Amino acid sequence: MLSLQYTKYQYKVLVAKLGIDGHDRGAKVIARALKDAGFEVIYTGIRQTPEQIVSAALQEDVDVIGVSILSGAHIHHMNKLMEELKNAGAEDIPVVVGGTIPVIDVDELKKIGVKEVFLPGESLNRIVDVVRRLAEEKKKAEK
Amino acid sequence: MGNLYDKKSLNEIKNSFEKWEKETLQNWLNQVPEREKEFTNLSNIPIKILYTPADLEDFDYNAKLGFPGNYPYTRGIHATMYRARLWTMRMFSGFGGPEETNKRLKFLIEHGETGLSLAFDYPTLIGIDPDDPMAEGEVGIVGVSVPTIEDMKIVFDGINMGQVTTNMTINPPAPVLLSFYVGVAEMQGVPYDKIGGTTQNDPLKEFIAQKSYVFPPEPAVRVSMDLIEWSVKNLPKWNPISVSGYHIREAGSTAVQELAFTIADGIEYVRQLISRGLDVDEFAHRISFFWDSHINFFEEIAKFRAARRMWAKIMKEWFHAKKERSMWMRFHTQTAGVSLTAQQPWNNIIRTTIEAMAAVLGGTQSLHTNSFDEPFRVPSEFAAKIALRTQQIIAYESGIADTIDPLAGSYYVEWLTDEIEEKAWNYIDRIEKLGGMLEAVKKGFPQRELTEASYNYQRQVEEKRKYIVGVNIFEDNQVDEIRNVPLLEFDQAEIERRQISRIRKIRSERDKELWERSLNELRKAAEKDVNLMPYILQAAKAKATLGEIISALKEVFGSYVEPPIY
Amino acid sequence: MSVSELNLDELLDKASKGNLRSIGKILSYLENPYTMPESLLEKLAKMAGKAHIIGVTGIPGSGKSTLISRLITSLRKRGYKVAVVAIDPSSPISGGALLGDRLRMQEHATDPGVFIRSISSKGLKGGLSLAALTMIEAFDAFGYDKIIIETVGVGQSEVDIMSVANTIVVVTMPGAGDDIQALKAGVMEIGDIYVLNKDDKEEASKTYEYLSFALEKGDIGSSDSNWIPRLIRTSAVMGKGIEDLTQALEDHFNYIKEIGKTKDKLISRRTSMIEMLAEQLLYEGLKLASKEMDDELRLSAERGSHIFNNAIRLAKKSIDYLPESRKD
Repeated sequence: MLSLQYTKYQYKVLVAKLGIDGHDRGAKVIARALKDAGFEVIYTGIRQTPEQIVSAALQEDVDVIGVSILSGAHIHHMNKLMEELKNAGAEDIPVVVGGTIPVIDVDELKKIGVKEVFLPGESLNRIVDVVRRLAEEKKKAEK
Repeated sequence: MGNLYDKKSLNEIKNSFEKWEKETLQNWLNQVPEREKEFTNLSNIPIKILYTPADLEDFDYNAKLGFPGNYPYTRGIHATMYRARLWTMRMFSGFGGPEETNKRLKFLIEHGETGLSLAFDYPTLIGIDPDDPMAEGEVGIVGVSVPTIEDMKIVFDGINMGQVTTNMTINPPAPVLLSFYVGVAEMQGVPYDKIGGTTQNDPLKEFIAQKSYVFPPEPAVRVSMDLIEWSVKNLPKWNPISVSGYHIREAGSTAVQELAFTIADGIEYVRQLISRGLDVDEFAHRISFFWDSHINFFEEIAKFRAARRMWAKIMKEWFHAKKERSMWMRFHTQTAGVSLTAQQPWNNIIRTTIEAMAAVLGGTQSLHTNSFDEPFRVPSEFAAKIALRTQQIIAYESGIADTIDPLAGSYYVEWLTDEIEEKAWNYIDRIEKLGGMLEAVKKGFPQRELTEASYNYQRQVEEKRKYIVGVNIFEDNQVDEIRNVPLLEFDQAEIERRQISRIRKIRSERDKELWERSLNELRKAAEKDVNLMPYILQAAKAKATLGEIISALKEVFGSYVEPPIY
Repeated sequence: MSVSELNLDELLDKASKGNLRSIGKILSYLENPYTMPESLLEKLAKMAGKAHIIGVTGIPGSGKSTLISRLITSLRKRGYKVAVVAIDPSSPISGGALLGDRLRMQEHATDPGVFIRSISSKGLKGGLSLAALTMIEAFDAFGYDKIIIETVGVGQSEVDIMSVANTIVVVTMPGAGDDIQALKAGVMEIGDIYVLNKDDKEEASKTYEYLSFALEKGDIGSSDSNWIPRLIRTSAVMGKGIEDLTQALEDHFNYIKEIGKTKDKLISRRTSMIEMLAEQLLYEGLKLASKEMDDELRLSAERGSHIFNNAIRLAKKSIDYLPESRKD
């Protein structure tokens, strides 16, 4: 095996807007913050279906999937996404979500397998740290 | 001449100021320094410790301010403003199905709102029916589901459309929703010349900010202008467009950018309409605007005043409008949703109050105040009522509305109005050089400015150069407080089912031949250079659904996919 | 990140059958030559050799991504499996990247016959080209008939990448290219097919005339004497001219197959891969050697002495850091 010690592995994150809302300010700010923190970020744009997101995640072999939903339909859409991930045999890819999510919905989202829920007002630094930790854990589990 | 101060007095003041700076001020600063390294507003304009007449050298009262109801309208577009008539208290509302929204409208009317404003759900906003696969889970959440003329009828059940004015926040599907509205008003026996209200119908800002776009830029603008042209000829009391800064601001722009991009949008629309052969005085009086009112109090007031002055100048000098009404910037304002926090949500009542006061001091014609539970869901009755009462307390108790443009003459406010105006003109120049706003949007210019501004702001918040109480200062982790906020409850799945079964019934019962013919004629018209409104009206009356009409147009115009801009 | 020989074969098998995740993982190994299993390239090469590599470049803002998305639809209609390698630059400072080209092609995300992969340069010297080349080999091996490489801008990487394309498509638009100087840069000068996109703009006809003339004269366009570079008018947004473009691509591929150029391209592609890998290995070796010799180099720099000789020593030491070759 070619092994050279110099290169740092660049973690890959998919940032997607699930559902039909068009509020992409947060998704874009986070995408940029992740890029500045050294991640390779793939941004899918708005109006993505669970199938499109999972397909992109597999093709790009990402380490984390980050979803943004500001339509209030997060429970419905995240259920569909987690199901789609399961069908594709890709449950090992950690998923995080942010948006206009009331704190009372956090438990339900975590129950279906979402690793972290970011509420409005979350700090960028924390989001980046969480994403990095999840990516590192995933990579470790692969070995 | 109207200059406020003579040269000699100004020099004396300047000298005294310098003395004060060096001596008195410096003494105080030596004891206790300023609490920030720099004070800036949300447009990153540095704010000084003190403003004096020296900051208004050469300020010509007549040229810059004048009197309300006179050019350049800085102090107000009407001579009497709120002394004769308060601004319209117009609460943005809607959720679930038409039944739920009808009930909410009646509630708000009962509690004193003086104008209606309809919020639509996402499927309606992007022109798809409730049984479209992309609509699943989204029906009725952020607004009301109105995919057919029947639904519109139910929304207005028991509400006399000849006695209210209704704003409809709807963009690509605006012609369809307007057709529904007009159709229902007709059914109520209201003549065309008594139908009053607004369709937002502002496509350019969709590409910049709101992103509920459907068609690519050129056809989107064409459809929008078709509506305006038809409306000025047929609905004399209708505002066919509400050129919006709100969404641009909410998507992260500064106040200066909000002002500049919105006015640039307005300029583009005026040019488009003139290129259709209309005389500017035929339509300009029906152009209205929609601004955000954000948390930096004086910045917003200055922005509103600058906006009036800029638009008046543009209409008079660029487009040679002759009628007074053509030069008025009439606007609706909404307090800034993006300034509200999920943390310690009751604080949002205070934020909305500050923002509402700024809008009133800025001379708005119409106002929506946000409810404190907006970060979580569409408002509960409880929260919406408080928001409405906020306006009523300002109007009836505070005295703010008892004299016109009370902040005029303030050294700070006049300086800031000038400053914001100048910076906005710089942006407008750049946009003109790019070939106007339509070209600028296609080139991605405002979108890039926006993402840059929103990223900067977020960095400022992260680094505590800008504060948000409860978020980066005075946080208290009181999760229970948030859990205990009484949110609006409704059975979304049930409403979705109901809307789907209603639309399927309508589809099965309508005259198929009439329906099919109307859509075919619409498609043909879309390929030609004709006004689409009559065809859309015809299709609406033939019981075509919103999704069917928009689909037919998508076949001809295509769908827009945005370029990647960060 | 290691993968045993057995796992690799399993992965390759699944990938050949179209399993997205497996293809995605293989591409990741290739993207990072430091994790690449030794035998991977050979196993891929055994299965590869038939694909039509299409390089798409052009003037920024000319609508390449939308055009490619339409092209994919058209190619799919003809029954081809399509892969896209979308190349975005990365930040030299953080090493991070925002890969957004995919956004314009997401409509194809759920089509099993389409695979889209984004890559960035990762701050590796020549890393972009190497990753692109190895990925092309993989897509070829997995049965993708048409492999589209989209690049941005002009530069050495771009030239390297484009040199492996069978067909080079250059996209321009009205108004921007009236001055063909814009096209006389790097790869844009040697296109096999030129596309005038945004054909619905006013100045389109004028630009078309101008470009036609330039192509006839030979001012721009590939210098192959038997292929006259085609000029196609399209409006990606309106969906016009796409079929013409697809046909032109077919014609060009048939032409180069006839004259045996595809074999040459394949050989030169693999040669480039070997050379780039070697370059990468040497470069890494250099970085490690430099670390080891840090004090000496510093002293040399301070005193301004033995500069040339230290360079030779450094180069020789780099070789010490190269990995052992595998026994066959």
